[in-house]
Amino acid sequence: MAPRTSPEVGGMGHSVKRKEDPRFIRGKGTYVDDVVLPGMLYLDIVRSPFAHAKIKKIDPASATAIPGVLAVITGKDLEKYNLHWMPTLMSDTQMVLPVEKVMYQAQEVAAVLATSRYAAADGVAAVEVEYEPLPVVVDPKKALEPGAPVLRTDKKDKKDNHIWHWEWGDKAKTDRAFAEADVTVKEDIYIPRIHVASIETCGCVAHFDKVNDKLTVWMTTQAPHAIRTVFALVAGHVGLAEHKIRIISPDIGGGFGGKVPVYPGYVIAVAASVLTGKPVKWIEDRMENLQADSFARDYHITAELAARKDGTLTALRIKTLADHGYTDAAANPSKFPAGLFHVCTGSYDLKAAHVEVDGAYTNKPPGGIAYRCSFRVTEAVHTIERMVDIMAHQLGTDPAEFRMKNFVKPEQFPYKSALGWEYDSGNYAGALQKAMERIGYAELRREQAEKRKRGQLMGIGISSFTEIVGAGPSKHFDILGLKMFDSCEIRIHPTGKAIARFGTKSQGQGHETTYAQILAEELGIPAKDIQVEEGDTDTAPYGLGTYASRSTPVAGAAAAIASRKVLDKARKIAAYLLEAAPEDLVYEPGKFSVKGAPNRVKTIQEIAFAAYTNHPQGMEAGLEAVSYYDPPNLTYPFGSYICVVDIDTGTGDVKVRRFVAIDDCGNIINPMIVEGQVHGGLTMGLAPALLEEISYDEYGNVQGGSFIDYLLPTAVETPKWETGNTVTPSPHHPLGAKGVGESATVGAPAAIANAVVDALWHLGVRHVDIPITPPKIWKLLRAKGITD
Amino acid sequence: MLVKVAINGEKHEADVEPRLLLVHFIRETLRLTGTHIGCDTTHCGACTVLLDGRPIKSCTMFAVQAHGREISTVEGLEQDGKLHPLQEGFMAEHGLQCGYCTPGMLMTSVAFLKKNPKPTEDEIRSAISGNLCRCTGYVNIVKAIQHAAATMQGGA
Repeated sequence: MAPRTSPEVGGMGHSVKRKEDPRFIRGKGTYVDDVVLPGMLYLDIVRSPFAHAKIKKIDPASATAIPGVLAVITGKDLEKYNLHWMPTLMSDTQMVLPVEKVMYQAQEVAAVLATSRYAAADGVAAVEVEYEPLPVVVDPKKALEPGAPVLRTDKKDKKDNHIWHWEWGDKAKTDRAFAEADVTVKEDIYIPRIHVASIETCGCVAHFDKVNDKLTVWMTTQAPHAIRTVFALVAGHVGLAEHKIRIISPDIGGGFGGKVPVYPGYVIAVAASVLTGKPVKWIEDRMENLQADSFARDYHITAELAARKDGTLTALRIKTLADHGYTDAAANPSKFPAGLFHVCTGSYDLKAAHVEVDGAYTNKPPGGIAYRCSFRVTEAVHTIERMVDIMAHQLGTDPAEFRMKNFVKPEQFPYKSALGWEYDSGNYAGALQKAMERIGYAELRREQAEKRKRGQLMGIGISSFTEIVGAGPSKHFDILGLKMFDSCEIRIHPTGKAIARFGTKSQGQGHETTYAQILAEELGIPAKDIQVEEGDTDTAPYGLGTYASRSTPVAGAAAAIASRKVLDKARKIAAYLLEAAPEDLVYEPGKFSVKGAPNRVKTIQEIAFAAYTNHPQGMEAGLEAVSYYDPPNLTYPFGSYICVVDIDTGTGDVKVRRFVAIDDCGNIINPMIVEGQVHGGLTMGLAPALLEEISYDEYGNVQGGSFIDYLLPTAVETPKWETGNTVTPSPHHPLGAKGVGESATVGAPAAIANAVVDALWHLGVRHVDIPITPPKIWKLLRAKGITD
Repeated sequence: MLVKVAINGEKHEADVEPRLLLVHFIRETLRLTGTHIGCDTTHCGACTVLLDGRPIKSCTMFAVQAHGREISTVEGLEQDGKLHPLQEGFMAEHGLQCGYCTPGMLMTSVAFLKKNPKPTEDEIRSAISGNLCRCTGYVNIVKAIQHAAATMQGGA
């Protein structure tokens, strides 16, 4: 669709160059570690070498003897203020610093406060801690066996390691469908623990001003407003009141979900600043980041899919064991302990489905946050896309044809899924058809058949995912009781320029640019004339922040609604200036004209000036509005990805030869940024599919705790992504937009895994868990006698 | 210990601890915060600067090892109000998102294009493989470097 505004205005559909870039390419961004305040102290953390151990003694003497070390803070110090435990976002509890025992390797044990970064590190090395190791529970299945050591001894009545059981869907109907099915397939699918590993780690500078009783925290957070409220609720008893707390989320070096939770380091830094009255900086290093910050995924899934012999899918049944580490510190909406995992019927018209998830405690770091995806949606998509592929292969049907047959059809929207979601809009066959044409699907199948005859392993994998983003409607969505609306406040200055502030926080997505484009689209004020600000709780309106692809669906909608409120007033001012009735005016972006007299015009700039200099009697001066947008529904972006892999039979190496991604995120705000989001998302889909995993040995020692063994894709492993779009607007979003930041991360792993299994199916391989590493494939090929 | 260096053509000297890392010297002693820190193991490349024209990871070098040498950081790329073609290329091709890896990417690319002014795509990918980016998926970074190479070839 051609843009409605001119390139000079730069509304929706224009690839406007980013407003953020001039400072970033000059090295002039301000990230948290760039903040330096006079007299600032440094905090560093002593961490546990054991996965489960009693703390018998912490001796700070050698540390405090080091010049520059001011104090060693322990759990017992925080206990005096009742700050040694804190609530998690899922209403579980998490230690800030332990008093009795540690529960995972790399857990915070004590903190050292010093006058320099180096003295603090020296102090950490000098603190002597005496531990008494306890039995370690690593495997969540074993954690739930009778007789397993109970980990949460802090919870008085806790007699096992089971956190919660959650189920959704019609069990009887689903069981009946399975009993009546002609064909069923069943598979165990493990989606391993991974880490977002944003290139900037987490950290903060906390500054408590004792004179004014005001706490300011520069913090790597995706949700500054919610953090402010959490701080006020948790630390109200030590004198922190919400109007005296200011959270500033400056430039953020990537978030992806990892900067949603409150980590102990932040809390200790705040406590240290409140106690000393001095600014305190805490910046974690990469190993702390990978080993202790919230992980993602770790779902042990058993999935079953049922079909009739004509290839019509009928039912889905899933049981999942979720390994949460020692506390449930997931970042899900309160009502949904397994997030939105129950979008797992995906793009298919299944009449029955039932999902069960059980959470378990183990001696691992807490989490269950997203890895650049809406709440547990990648887990859902990976499961259904793998299962559909297995069923297609089982029935001897081409996986593309099989999907086409079972897709929810365009005329079925709004579509109510078997698990209760109302999908807003979609054209799944359209996206798959486009992807097939782009990649030359039929030709690739012919090439594959020929290569197979010669013993070469080539696979073609499809993933036709449906996402669920934009949380969410207040009826069902809250985090710690805070409803998941988001906000935009616009002020138009007398000269027609504007400032707009939002409750979200960009971490690289380019909000300063895209929000300005939305406002330009609505108001007709050029995007370059609109300053966008986020991340300062003293100035921005309240909002729940940026994660789960919610910025465009929720705050973007707030921008449209706030603009329309501004236009309501602008229309009245224009009517006054043009001496016409408001209803006789016609609006097009940037100007009102009199119906039938197009030369009688007032521009938005003229109206803005009048709003301060010549407004109608009886009307308030000024031109501004605020919207707190409560979405009526979630949005459902979708797409079809096709991946071609070649497998080296000698080494087991999987090479992604081509990858075509057709995304549909509804109406597009900035095509350049959408494409960039998809490129990045695909790379974070490739990463867990082929490279990344954090695992633990039987003693709870972390494997994959540094960039030496936790492998992020470099430019060499990353293929040249081929992207495209279809456009199916969201019917309920004011701009018809859906969100795109995470689609590719959600959809890509299944396309890659499906391609690998497609290459190996004729050898009797039905499934390979991600990450699909060369040793894993090499062992498989060896077992099949393909290589020696 | 005394360290004397020229950074972006400007002479600096300071008395530092022998163990002070070069990246901390640049960021904290000299307050040039464009150079970033992303790991502790020389893997991510966010701290890449040029030492006598060669890209090095300043998180694994002591400040005192740079004594008497010339260092270039991202802050020195813009000359007389004119952006370096690589800076222009990164903006034109959407080669950055969060901006955290960008200074390191730029410095690696500056040295690379000097050595190899007409690189192939594979050569570019190999050249930046010591710099991790979590946002862009590299496709547009490659384009940005090609964009700059073309500009520099054109004599701009």
